[in-house]
Amino acid sequence: MEEVKLLGSWPSPFVHRVIWALKLKGIKYEYVEEEDVLYNKSEMLLKYNPVHKKVPVFIHGGKPIAESIVILEYIEETWPQNPLLPDDPHERAEARFWTKFEEDKIQKIFGFLMTAGEKQVAATKEAQEVLRIVEEHGLGEKKFFGGNNMGLADIAFGWIATSMEILEQAAGVKVLEANTFPRLKAWIQNFNEIPVIKESLPDRNALLTYYKARRVVFLSAAAS
Amino acid sequence: MADEVVLLDLWASMFGMRVRIALAEKGIKYEYKEEDLKNKSPLLLQMNPIHKKIPVLIHNGKPVCESLIIVQYIDEVWKDKSPLLPSHPYQRAQARFWADFVDKKVYDVSRKLWTTKGEEKEAAKKEFFETYKILEGELGDKPYFGGETFGYVDLAFVTFYSWFYVVETFGEFSIEAECPKIIAWAKRCLQKETVAKTLPDQKKVYEFIRQMRGE
Repeated sequence: MEEVKLLGSWPSPFVHRVIWALKLKGIKYEYVEEEDVLYNKSEMLLKYNPVHKKVPVFIHGGKPIAESIVILEYIEETWPQNPLLPDDPHERAEARFWTKFEEDKIQKIFGFLMTAGEKQVAATKEAQEVLRIVEEHGLGEKKFFGGNNMGLADIAFGWIATSMEILEQAAGVKVLEANTFPRLKAWIQNFNEIPVIKESLPDRNALLTYYKARRVVFLSAAAS
Repeated sequence: MADEVVLLDLWASMFGMRVRIALAEKGIKYEYKEEDLKNKSPLLLQMNPIHKKIPVLIHNGKPVCESLIIVQYIDEVWKDKSPLLPSHPYQRAQARFWADFVDKKVYDVSRKLWTTKGEEKEAAKKEFFETYKILEGELGDKPYFGGETFGYVDLAFVTFYSWFYVVETFGEFSIEAECPKIIAWAKRCLQKETVAKTLPDQKKVYEFIRQMRGE
């Protein structure tokens, strides 16, 4: 079997997605940590992702692929066991639609971490509006975005399940207030109970420290 | 039972054009419905409640939204003719990467040219050429982004050609002067009947933008 490598950064939600997909499909891989992906990118990263210079980068038999969703589609096509996408073309289009929605809106959802005072109040409201759409139209009455089983869109939104609480703590604000997002809250619980997800949860304290530090950086950049 | 295919679109939309080229490549008969974005039809609002945007493909009553998702859907449903994506997973991944790059970079950087002024516009011009140089680099000496034949990335990007006159006029520069390979590539794509019949005249698009801006 050809060598599988993942170039990543431990706090990155984009990297977690690829790890989850690899573990769900039982694919052995070598993980390489980018020591300082923000301020001192490695030669390996610059070589394998010259266009965006970001993680994750997936390398299969020496050939690199960048952008988490592109990587997930590749993994799905190369290793079809435990599929992330349904067979029906319309359902596949639906899964891709919500995956793209997450990609397009993620900045808006993160806004509350990067702001303070009145700006944070506005950013929190914006995040909640997006999450309302996700809950009502994306999730609806289903257990997972993918239906009875988790799929591509669940993986794309997965960081909300594993990290939203930590982000809220780092930012000192509640986005998913009690009783306001019942279906999303139920999905979070279900998602976090999936064995592969449960086993791969990042260290809570380490992630909290990391996001608190990132918040400081964002706020001082905004102030200058 | 015959397939019922409807496309909600706007003639000048580079995103809608992608779908029209895909439908033409596959020889699919469909009903075209022109939308007035200042007065969106109840059908559009019903079929794309989240974004309320075109293009929307309605296949036997079920909607598919987002141009590249629609193109992939078309490729999967009408899979026996004129494949739009490569067959090998690694090449498919590269095609998706570059189509995604076009989506993430080209539209925004072009739009800034006619929505900003002064320093912001100068910065937008710089970004525009950086983006186009990257695409030129990826094209290299190949006739198409897809290699020897027109493919997914070509389809994703060539529709922007119909907006080049808009971009050049507002940006006050010549794309050909900086990126001759891109122009040569676009003209090569236009030799394909499906592309030539779909892309509107550049001056018509320019008039459309002027009307939108109330000029």
